[in-house]
Amino acid sequence: MSAVPPVLELRGLTVRFGSVAALHRVGVTLDGGRITCVLGENGSGKSTLVSVLSGLTPHDEGELLLDGAPVRFGSPRAARAAGIATVWQDLAVVPLLSVWRNLVLGAEPTRGRWPLRRLDVDAARETAVRALERVGVTGVDPDQPTNSLRPGERQSLAIARALHFGARALVLDEPTAPMTIAQQTIVGQAVLRARAEGLAVVLVTHNPRYAHLVGDRYLLLARGQVAGDLTRADVDSDDLTRLMAGGEELTALTARLRELHPELGER
Amino acid sequence: MPVTAGRLSARGAPPRRRLLDRLMTRPGIVPVLGLVVVVVLFGVRVPGLLSADGLAGVLDAAALLGIGGVAVGLLLAGGHFDLSIGTLAVSTAVLTGVLAGPGEWGTWSALGVSLAAALGVGLLNGWLVVRTGLPSFLVTLATALVLQGVTLAGMPLLAGAPRVSGLDEAPGWGAAAALFGSTAEVGGGVFPVALLWWAALTAGAGWLLWRTRFGNQVLAMGGARRAARELGVPVARTTLTLYALTAAAAWLIGTLTLVPVASVAATPALATAIDFVVVAVIGGCLITGGHGSMAGAATGALLYAVARRGVELSGWDPRWSQALLGVLLLVALVVGGGVRGRLRAAPRS
Repeated sequence: MSAVPPVLELRGLTVRFGSVAALHRVGVTLDGGRITCVLGENGSGKSTLVSVLSGLTPHDEGELLLDGAPVRFGSPRAARAAGIATVWQDLAVVPLLSVWRNLVLGAEPTRGRWPLRRLDVDAARETAVRALERVGVTGVDPDQPTNSLRPGERQSLAIARALHFGARALVLDEPTAPMTIAQQTIVGQAVLRARAEGLAVVLVTHNPRYAHLVGDRYLLLARGQVAGDLTRADVDSDDLTRLMAGGEELTALTARLRELHPELGER
Repeated sequence: MPVTAGRLSARGAPPRRRLLDRLMTRPGIVPVLGLVVVVVLFGVRVPGLLSADGLAGVLDAAALLGIGGVAVGLLLAGGHFDLSIGTLAVSTAVLTGVLAGPGEWGTWSALGVSLAAALGVGLLNGWLVVRTGLPSFLVTLATALVLQGVTLAGMPLLAGAPRVSGLDEAPGWGAAAALFGSTAEVGGGVFPVALLWWAALTAGAGWLLWRTRFGNQVLAMGGARRAARELGVPVARTTLTLYALTAAAAWLIGTLTLVPVASVAATPALATAIDFVVVAVIGGCLITGGHGSMAGAATGALLYAVARRGVELSGWDPRWSQALLGVLLLVALVVGGGVRGRLRAAPRS
């Protein structure tokens, strides 16, 4: 164990929906300044993992540790307050609301005392412009309704929001629909920037080649369990592609790797 | 790429078209235009409508419609619906009347208990909607039917008659009458205090919806519930608060109906809830949620009242006004559907 605890750690974490375990005894450490790619088929537990990390779904067993201390988030608001921000698969953008309203949604700046506590509209607008500039989007009117944005800009909005509120960890759930090169570039730039800033990055992706390009570690999920926990040195992009295709092959490979590299055993 | 195409055409369109587009993106334009039309139409036919006396009659009708319309508009913005508000208004008035009259309670304790009962019903509505996940239309229809049945059948049992009058003899009536039943005479027209309540509520609800954190969360919840939940908006609490607010508005409507005449009767009022929805939708509240205008809902109430009084004063069968409102509602719904798409062009903070 190193002296500095990982930003996030999951120990024997189990989530059940009724009698079905969506995640079963998942253990993983997520260090700051590293990109962990989560790969797996549909229904393998990727979304549940995102849901737990971002505070939407509480875990049933095991522990979720933030900076070495066990935490339990009551809501996404609590997770975000702790510095874990998420870019949701559907981007979680409200189309009829303006850009600034979307950007501060759930963490709106206010001024005045109750019962006259009101939105600090100027501060929110400024936050929106600054957060968007940070991801390279300029010239967007913060009063513009979000559904007037181009798809790429909408994605940038979701990422800008997460980067603005995520001080410790960034969780990014890629859409299942194939993205354009431009959109993929926006996501890529965001995760690389977050890594450079020392955030723990969790990237749920469906594209193994892309995962190999940006990732430092690969967490492979199958039927709610960790089927593989590999580093960049262990695999090339062809391996990842193959591994995603078949769960058994993956388990076998992980076992073999653990034999060859005993230091992987405790992961 | 429809989005890109839309942008290009918006930029390249001739100015006239753009003006129309910009007008249409303001949902508030519908009630204003409609109001102008009915005022001109009936103002010419029935000049008495625009006299101080005629205006007082219109505003009297508009005030109660407006209070309900604002409450329902807030609820619609949050993606919910309430069919029980009209019935609840009657039920709370009956409860106040029974307690203050035959029950011989003081006026204020009767009003306090009926407000608490209204809030209870509102919270129950909200809880049922959150808990069952059923469309709020159906849930509140059920509550409305239960309330109406209990009120119509229960009142004669408790009070011995379907009407209670002479409430002004209850202790503490004077203060309540001043607050909910006073009038002011201006230029020959008698204007009720309900107008002040209506104006205050419209301003307050508009501020709440567009200028507070709660309002932002209501709009987000109505516009994209999943996104709201993912961002940590307390969806259950917000829904419960909205239903409690609607119930409080119902109590206010009931009280403002009961106090000026010092009497109350158990009458069926399921249709009143539809009136409120009509008023809010004409006023530019999207029936699908995510957008609402309180000033628009107030204008919608005014439009509704002018049309109703106009038809009455013209000597036509008053039932024609329902047909007129139906047409207006249809227009408002169609425009509202267009607004969802067109809002993209209009900055609205």
